[in-house]
Amino acid sequence: MLTFTIRRLILAVPTLLFISLVIFLLLELAPGDPMAQVPLTVPAEVKEKMRLALGLGEPMHIRFWKWLVQFFWIEPQVLIDNIFGTGLADGKLRVISWQTRSPVMDIVVQRMPQTLWVVGTAYAVAILIALPIGIYSAYRQYSWFDQLGTFVSMVGFSVPPFFSGVLVIVIFSVQLGWFPSIYDTTHVVDSWDSFVYQLKQMIMPVMVLALQITAQLSRFMRASMLDNLNQDYVRTARAKGLSEYVVVMVHVLRNSMIPVVTVIALGIPAIFGGAIITEQVFKVNGIGQLLIGAIQANDLPMVQTLTFIFAVLIVLFNLIADVLYGILDPRIRYD
Amino acid sequence: MTELSNPVPSKPPRSQWLDVWDQFKSHRGALMGGALFLFIVLAVYLGPYLWDLEATKIDIRARNQGPTWAHPFGTDQLGRDMLARMMAGGATSVSVGLTAMLLALFLGSFIGVLAGFFKRLDGPLMRLTDLFLALPLLPLLLVMMLLFREPLNATFGPEQGIFILIVASIGVTSWMPTARIVRGDVLALKEREFVMAARSIGTTNSGLITRHILPNVLSPIMVSATLGIATAIITESSLSFLGLGFPPDFPTWGRLLFDATDYLQQYPERVFWPGMAISLTVLSVNYLGDGLRDALDPRIRGR
Repeated sequence: MLTFTIRRLILAVPTLLFISLVIFLLLELAPGDPMAQVPLTVPAEVKEKMRLALGLGEPMHIRFWKWLVQFFWIEPQVLIDNIFGTGLADGKLRVISWQTRSPVMDIVVQRMPQTLWVVGTAYAVAILIALPIGIYSAYRQYSWFDQLGTFVSMVGFSVPPFFSGVLVIVIFSVQLGWFPSIYDTTHVVDSWDSFVYQLKQMIMPVMVLALQITAQLSRFMRASMLDNLNQDYVRTARAKGLSEYVVVMVHVLRNSMIPVVTVIALGIPAIFGGAIITEQVFKVNGIGQLLIGAIQANDLPMVQTLTFIFAVLIVLFNLIADVLYGILDPRIRYD
Repeated sequence: MTELSNPVPSKPPRSQWLDVWDQFKSHRGALMGGALFLFIVLAVYLGPYLWDLEATKIDIRARNQGPTWAHPFGTDQLGRDMLARMMAGGATSVSVGLTAMLLALFLGSFIGVLAGFFKRLDGPLMRLTDLFLALPLLPLLLVMMLLFREPLNATFGPEQGIFILIVASIGVTSWMPTARIVRGDVLALKEREFVMAARSIGTTNSGLITRHILPNVLSPIMVSATLGIATAIITESSLSFLGLGFPPDFPTWGRLLFDATDYLQQYPERVFWPGMAISLTVLSVNYLGDGLRDALDPRIRGR
């Protein structure tokens, strides 16, 4: 198992390098110019110097190498500096945003908590709802509950978040006036009332994201339970005289959870990607909005870094899912 | 040797597609989904011939109207008829969905068949698929929109250019699941006796693929085709919704929804129509795919 994990980790390195190269080459074709907003009164030679100061004007491969060094070598040092108070990265050039002229990673770190809060809560809520639904629909296959579950998850698949989001805004915030339609990220929770407000503003984005995740997870849980319910070991467990609850909730559930856990792990990066739209609808000041803003402002270092962070998440969680599968299922042996 | 109980079959042999249709009919959701999808496709393509108001005609005096007989879906902030705009937008959205699906399907089946059939290509092609699956798709799509909009607009004109761009980028980023499924099926088919028999009488590789392999992987391809339409429509609408899709004067369902969010407080119903159209199309296509999957699986058929 350990050798497998190490082998996968080593294999992840060329994958990530390739992806970063693809993103870099894509952005290399970008028509944007970071000097476009500098006033025309600035002389051409000064502009040229500013361009050089931003790291442009060098050959492509050198800039790619510099970005790799900045991302993989200098940024971790900055992280260590911030944690332990050391001075490893003093005076070293970091990835600089063209929009704000400040390090990209600092902005990302500022925006991360908002996204994590909304996405994390939505994922937790969705898992809590989806698993019982999946279990019960499988146990009573073709009952009215199962049919309803199928229909609701079909709807969850089909209604895109930018429609369900706008729809809940119309219903709960315009018509009923229960919840605020804009997520206030500067809100500080320090009393009961402010906590209630935080809950209120989180309900709608979480609801929209959770509907989508629930739809997928509950279908998966149902299929996995159905695979296991007809197995021989279930008949054995029943023949031994175990109670129905123990048979389903202990014997069947534990075996059915194996693929579901890996699907949950695989879904996490996709959720970050999907949250881009939800963040846009509810004006959550998170990673997704940062990306959209950077794309519209032609801020290439920011776009490159953010896209790459998404890619790292995907590769990382693929790895976690594979390793989890090997740990949870004793029948799977990678060696 | 025993005599055959019924030497001459009384009924003529049934075609395979008749069986598929019989099974498909028994899935009520799929039947309704198929009918609804057909209706939507007909409405968006043939509707403009029946409803002769133009989607781009500005009638500023009749702006922001509610539903009337003259404008069943009302009018927008410039007095353009919403029904006509919905049909024009739908024609674009459905066309994008269909073409992007065809492109993804072609790429996916091509790579899947190559990887499954030729052992030498299997490793590299599947690694390529893995790499594509590890790409963050929505961010990359947004980046592609940013980068290639200008050059393509210059070459093909603003509408044609963005159409090609959206279809190509959705197609290039969504062929991977099809490739994986097709490869798996081809790997299993390759070892079957009928393929061996065909090879033994000297069928060439291209003949084997077109005559024996492709018809047998048709059912997974058709199922992923329906799902492909759904994802392509949703992706196109998301891009338009984020303001990075079609230009503002060129309606698509996503764009209409995006424009309507500005008037959310005053005219919430304007959000409802395009959103409902997207959701219903995707829902009907999903049900269609569900029914097709059952109908095309010979193990389920006839039960």
